[in-house]
Amino acid sequence: MTSFPLLSAVLLAPICAAVILCFVSPKAAQSVRVIAASAMTVALALTLYAFFSYDMTAGGMQFTESIPWIKDLGVHYALGVDGISLPMLLLTDLIGLAAVYSSWNITNRPKEFYILLMILIAGVTGTFIATDLFIFLLCYEVVVIPIYIMVIIWGSTKRVSKEYAGMKLTIYLLMGSAFMLVGVVALYLTVGDVVGFRTFDMQALAVAGQNGLLSEEFQIFAFLLLLLGFGSLLSMFPFHSWSPDGYAGAPTAVSMIHAGVLKKIGGYGLIRLGLLVLPLGARFWAPVIAALAIINVMYAAYIALAQKDLKYVIGYSSVSHMGYVLLGFACLNVVSVSGAVANMVAHGVMSALFFSMIGFVYEKTHMRSVTELRGLAHQMPRVATGFMLAGMASLGLPGLIGFIPEFTIFVGSFSVYPVFAILAISGIIFTALYTLRVLAKVLFGPRDSKFDRYKDARGVEMMPLVILGIALVGFGIFPQVLMGMVGSGTEQLMPLLDRIAEVPGFIGGIR
Amino acid sequence: MNFEAISTEIFILVLGLFAIVMDLVLPKNESRKSIGGVLVFALTGWVLYMFSMYVPETAVADGSATTRYFMDMMYIVDNYSLFFKQLFMVATVFTLMFSMDYMQTVLRYKGEFYALLMTALLGMCVLASANDFLTAFIGLELMTISFYILVGARISSVNSSEAAVKYLVVGSVSTAVMLYGISLVYGSTGTVQFYEMFHNQHLFTAAGLAGATMIMIGFFFKLSVIPFHMWAPDVYQGAPTPITAMLAMGSKAAGIAVLMRVLYVAFPLIGFYWLPILAVLSAVCMIGGNVMAIRQNDVKRMLAYSSIAQAGYMMVGMVSADYPGMKAVMFYGMLYVFANVGAFTALTVVEQQRGGSDYKSLAGLAKSAPVLAAVMTISLLSMAGIPPTAGFAGKLYLFTAVVNQGYLWLAFVGFIMSMISVYYYLQVAKAMYLAEGDGKELHISGAVRAAAVLSVIATILFGVWPEKLAELTNLAAYTFLQ
Repeated sequence: MTSFPLLSAVLLAPICAAVILCFVSPKAAQSVRVIAASAMTVALALTLYAFFSYDMTAGGMQFTESIPWIKDLGVHYALGVDGISLPMLLLTDLIGLAAVYSSWNITNRPKEFYILLMILIAGVTGTFIATDLFIFLLCYEVVVIPIYIMVIIWGSTKRVSKEYAGMKLTIYLLMGSAFMLVGVVALYLTVGDVVGFRTFDMQALAVAGQNGLLSEEFQIFAFLLLLLGFGSLLSMFPFHSWSPDGYAGAPTAVSMIHAGVLKKIGGYGLIRLGLLVLPLGARFWAPVIAALAIINVMYAAYIALAQKDLKYVIGYSSVSHMGYVLLGFACLNVVSVSGAVANMVAHGVMSALFFSMIGFVYEKTHMRSVTELRGLAHQMPRVATGFMLAGMASLGLPGLIGFIPEFTIFVGSFSVYPVFAILAISGIIFTALYTLRVLAKVLFGPRDSKFDRYKDARGVEMMPLVILGIALVGFGIFPQVLMGMVGSGTEQLMPLLDRIAEVPGFIGGIR
Repeated sequence: MNFEAISTEIFILVLGLFAIVMDLVLPKNESRKSIGGVLVFALTGWVLYMFSMYVPETAVADGSATTRYFMDMMYIVDNYSLFFKQLFMVATVFTLMFSMDYMQTVLRYKGEFYALLMTALLGMCVLASANDFLTAFIGLELMTISFYILVGARISSVNSSEAAVKYLVVGSVSTAVMLYGISLVYGSTGTVQFYEMFHNQHLFTAAGLAGATMIMIGFFFKLSVIPFHMWAPDVYQGAPTPITAMLAMGSKAAGIAVLMRVLYVAFPLIGFYWLPILAVLSAVCMIGGNVMAIRQNDVKRMLAYSSIAQAGYMMVGMVSADYPGMKAVMFYGMLYVFANVGAFTALTVVEQQRGGSDYKSLAGLAKSAPVLAAVMTISLLSMAGIPPTAGFAGKLYLFTAVVNQGYLWLAFVGFIMSMISVYYYLQVAKAMYLAEGDGKELHISGAVRAAAVLSVIATILFGVWPEKLAELTNLAAYTFLQ
């Protein structure tokens, strides 16, 4: 019990920074930035320590903490990480630190910006490390409101106004969470009735769900409610339309965190709550999710082809990539679920890098249209490197972070949904088309003298590229670091997945 | 005559008389803020003292503690009434803190304001302790008549006078309806006592049921439940802002306190008649209040509709008609006080110094008064039920209680409507943070700042760690149903 509360420290670092920032003078912009960056550096260092000292052979929840919190609701302040949540936590802190550096040049009310950014990061961190459903929900919804305020103050108005974008994003996510909350309340009460005491402990809920204490009808109903909530956060078709608009209106740091990690809460929640607590519900809806996933992949990639605004291209691309994650989840076997988790990490890093680079270019040139920007590689070689890294990872170039996870998903899904798997693989062609088209137009071609006056990224501006680039290449060259960790988490699902494989789904026994 | 049982009421009455005497003694042109200061300290002390009056759960369970009554069975002092009295007094203390400056500049008769606030508080306390319909009626009248005057206290303002007249007329009608209902119930059962009505089969007569319906309608008027809500927006908008705050937190909570006692102690026998009605009305309130709030451009008016929706949420807890439901209502009532204090503190300052309470007057508040803007945002989010504010914990208590009784559809309506409410609450945030105001610094006194900061600390504390408040409400609800 006397061991250092590592996860609490990771969670408290941004919260403490937010509190300290409240008392810093608004004019001391440099202090504000340095405090935020230090907090995130501490969080990242602690997370890296956790990542590399996690005992993979033992598996399961480690670094756990538990304090009774609210007795009459059965809530514990319980934290812990396993092979599924630890990569997500690492992703959060990587992108959080990168986002702090990406916002370095904000001059309009930097104090408020960084306070909100710290609350946002703390909320996301909390969702991934909470092992108590109440704490999970607390952190899950904390993130929505800071995002709204950040979008309307620091966002940008292009195709849609930032007020519209912010409100659309907020309403979509809140409506989704309303359904999810009903599902959670129903789940909480039903499990409470079955086991005799009320608890929000995810482990206890999972035990009840996996041991057949919850009827199949209830699981099907509750999973649908959770799917509406997590699905809209994951931008599952047809609840995806907030995503491109929202990212386009949001400031760089919000786009990075939103596309990079926040969306992943949807996938994480589906696995942690949907699959582990309601396995029969997951099995029942899996064919529907798989079909929607293919629509995500194909339809969003198709729309991305026609976009002119860089942020919209990446916005739709992220919707498309989330399709792969959903497909991996829907196949419900260890390989595909591992692929889904790893792909969430991979996509997080690459989309954050993309948004960071777009943000940098937009900050300098106030342009992000594919038709206006061209030949930037001449003036901004470093930024071009970032774009290329993210783009190549996006289309799954071996040696970068994107390849192994996507490949794993295809391997896992082919035996289950061969047709869907082929469709999904062919989606890569679209991905390559829109990525290469954008990169070719924006980066290459003849030198345009109107960009000569813009300087390349240097000094602190390089930090997002360095941080995310290292992760992008590092995990690409040593995929085992990531896949081993994810595997140690998903291996635990094996008995459960084998058991539900025989249960008929939405379209009967055929898979 | 057990005068110790009504020590709280005597104390409040003395404070009210003290305010009148002070007003007479003080020179005419001297500030009356000192009266407010004395009241704040006296009431705060008494609220803390009241914690010692609670009867512990164990003493109730083994029967070693008997419930205290006054005047035979007319007046009951149990944990339930103690909790609500504390709630009213906390609301009054905060209102006094943030309204002293406002009253000093806006009102012509300042001393009377404090005296009337005390009589209104006394009325609420009587309501919470009433154990028969006559006592309840006296408490209700004491409270509402004080409010009629307070609503019209800005005699220079047309809106304020209009609001007062409207409130008087509608309030009198509802009083008449309720009194008629009480007479019918008395005629058919032969008693006005809640406990004696508990097993009285005569309630099942036509006159008895009609009377019960009319009594409930009377309470619905006070709670501004749709379709008896027409007075609320005009009155909320016209009244001086601190009085609007008291109407939203105190008057509403007092109505709920007595309504719960009436429903659970006097009318449980006919529960299967009023439960479905209550369920439907709560859904109507949640939908109607939230939808109508969207189109308002005056923040006080918006808060009036939002308070209708809040009444709907609290009625959800009543629908579950068991101990978790009661506890949830009390929990929610308390956190709603803190949320309202936060919102109305900012609004009072804005109305006093910028002369309006519409969205335009709030423009740029984030620059001219960053603390108030942050407090207002967090308080509104608590009303919407967004974590980590207390509103989330409160809604979770309410909806778990009602889903446990099988009303899953109410939880659907409740959660979806509370997410919709975020839309109009965020419009306020947008006005404060995005719009450019005149950029002039607002003058904020220490008491106002303290009220704002304390309320927001309570809102976040009860959101992240509701344990202590949950224990207190558990105790109050548990002993009520013994």
